[in-house]
Amino acid sequence: MKDFFSKLREKPGFKSVTSSILCIIAGILVGFLVMILLSFFNDRTSIGNAFQGLLVLLGGPFSSGRGAYIVTNLGDMIFYATPLIMTGVSVAIAYKTGLFNIGAAGQFLMGMMGSLLVALNINTNGNPTLGVLVWILAVIVGAICGMLWGAIPGFFRAVFNVNEVIVCIMTNWIAANIVSWVFGTMPHLINSGSGKSGYLITTAVTGNGTPTLGLTRIFKGSYIDAGIIVAILIAIIIHIILAKTTLGYELRACGANRDGAKYAGMNEKRNIILSMAIAGGLAAIGGALYYLNPGIEFKFDSAYGSLPDYGFNGIPAALLGSNNPIAVIFVSLFIRFLNVGGGNLPSAGFNKYIADVIIALIIYFAGFSKFFKDMLSKRKKKAEAKANEAEKAASAQAAEQVVEQTPALDNTEKEGDKS
Amino acid sequence: MIFLLQKTLIYAAPLLIVALGGMFSERSGVINLALEGEMIFGAFCGAILARALVISGVFANHTQALFLIVLIFSAICGALFSLLLSFSAIKLKADQTIGGTALNMLAAAVVNAFALSLFNSEKIQMPVNFTGYVILNNDLPPIVQVFGDKAYLSTYVIVIAFILLSIWIYKTKTGMRLRACGEHPQAAASVGINVFKMRYLGTTISGALAGLGGYAYIATVSNGTAEASVGGMGFLALAIMIFGNWKPLGIALGALLFGFLKCIGPVSSSLDFLKNLGLPMYFYNIIPYIVVLIVLALSSKKSGCPKAEGIPYDKGMR
Repeated sequence: MKDFFSKLREKPGFKSVTSSILCIIAGILVGFLVMILLSFFNDRTSIGNAFQGLLVLLGGPFSSGRGAYIVTNLGDMIFYATPLIMTGVSVAIAYKTGLFNIGAAGQFLMGMMGSLLVALNINTNGNPTLGVLVWILAVIVGAICGMLWGAIPGFFRAVFNVNEVIVCIMTNWIAANIVSWVFGTMPHLINSGSGKSGYLITTAVTGNGTPTLGLTRIFKGSYIDAGIIVAILIAIIIHIILAKTTLGYELRACGANRDGAKYAGMNEKRNIILSMAIAGGLAAIGGALYYLNPGIEFKFDSAYGSLPDYGFNGIPAALLGSNNPIAVIFVSLFIRFLNVGGGNLPSAGFNKYIADVIIALIIYFAGFSKFFKDMLSKRKKKAEAKANEAEKAASAQAAEQVVEQTPALDNTEKEGDKS
Repeated sequence: MIFLLQKTLIYAAPLLIVALGGMFSERSGVINLALEGEMIFGAFCGAILARALVISGVFANHTQALFLIVLIFSAICGALFSLLLSFSAIKLKADQTIGGTALNMLAAAVVNAFALSLFNSEKIQMPVNFTGYVILNNDLPPIVQVFGDKAYLSTYVIVIAFILLSIWIYKTKTGMRLRACGEHPQAAASVGINVFKMRYLGTTISGALAGLGGYAYIATVSNGTAEASVGGMGFLALAIMIFGNWKPLGIALGALLFGFLKCIGPVSSSLDFLKNLGLPMYFYNIIPYIVVLIVLALSSKKSGCPKAEGIPYDKGMR
């Protein structure tokens, strides 16, 4: 048994899972402290509310009250996780190549724009087969828009050696303005229905919405659709590309050591641009899948003033999942689980932003892995030194025990650390 | 024209001081991607204090004195918030890009959570007439009018702070030591400089300046509305710092240029000659970002980027 655990500890996957769980626990604990703090500031809440809040938050969709609400919220949780999986995988693949894709928000918007331009301009109402074809076309066009948009920071990085973070941020704001601009010139796409201003019509009007495949019958009243299946399939494909193909190997080699990759005859500039283009395409598919849902409306007239949260929430999804596309699926679901719990917080006297605080704290703690690693390797060294002394003294058995006692987690370093 | 120059100055002031803040941090060797978050946090704390002071009636007749106090308070809060970054980046040797991104998200989330619980709204509107002009004088000659009419107190504070701190980092012993830690920390340590202390100092000054700039932004540019966003000004300031080649003079130039480009969008509807061009506001909004990209592409070859920026200090490294 002991042997089994020590073997398990040595596995890198186990180590990254442990460190992610530690980050999550630390984030939730500090978030709980924030709730305690907030409960003092407000007359309506007391410290008891903070405990109630913690339970509500951890309950996720299951703290929604009545059974029907739980089912609806569960369906919504899965639907809202769809774009998150895509932006998370997008950040992850860029990270594997040693790039930090903070531009997922802009790519998300460009994907949304490309797909909606197709899906809203072609009316297939009453012809479901044609609707599905247009839907596929819309997703592809969105992906291409995002790939081109994502290639820009990659191009700047590869050719001019400009830090991709700053270029990504600039392209984010350019994308936000372009989206408002483009849809502002298309009055026929604007929903002029009752009491609406600044919204586009949805795919429910043109009949090109994402197929639901009967999922809405299981999760009654929720937005859920086939998008989640597409997202999971894409994540698996990306995982296979990264792990099993030459392209994936080259991308990872570029991330591990750019000069080394160049020396080995790989075209590192092409790989950087390609990686960012793929990342852009993935984030864009997220935007497309989100807004092609018949129930989701896009408010175009204020889009230029703020960036969509999905772009940035892809970062925690990727970091917590150790940049593994398969892990990103589960982490995304978990993040949405927390967010749904956050949405239920008003019942305990708090607001939904507590969930955002916790997610931000989790990323903050995720950066500490190097410290943990250093600390543990120090302890391991000390323990080994002790063990050596003990060996000299007499028994080798005592030595083994000391080594056994040193905790794992010594190799939680993120892959693709920047050079 | 005078109107446009006055607006330029209003937009340039926060950019100027926040970009200088970024410079302080990077010159000491820490990439401060959290400028935006520090701005948001500092501004929000300032807005709460401003509201509390106005409600309590202290300084009721001295709004400018109140403005100054709030500016200082915002700077302190920004500095405190930046300690989170320095702790993770300097003490724990965490990835500075991730830490900065996390703090940007944290600032927005914390501000939203507290604003909604304290004021039942995501936005705090500051009392009217609170953030007034310090001087209103139409009888000045045109050039003086740019600086002397419809100017805010924050602009003067920022310009003075900018000049003093620029001299400080270049002409004093501590300033030089701070810069040395961004270029070659091991060499600096070998002559007895405490690298950790210098980096903490650089990042804390950076946070203070970002907090100050954040409050100046919400008090002037956004007309006294505090919310969980400063419209990407922090990131633009970071770009200006790179544009200015990590030097105060370049930053001043960059801030004026981008202040001008940034203010065209919002004021385009009230200027006749721009209105006649018939271009939408979005076009003018995009210009500063595109200029940043072009400038970055052109200036990448002769970068004055501090050599050791973004690399955690390791005593044993050569």
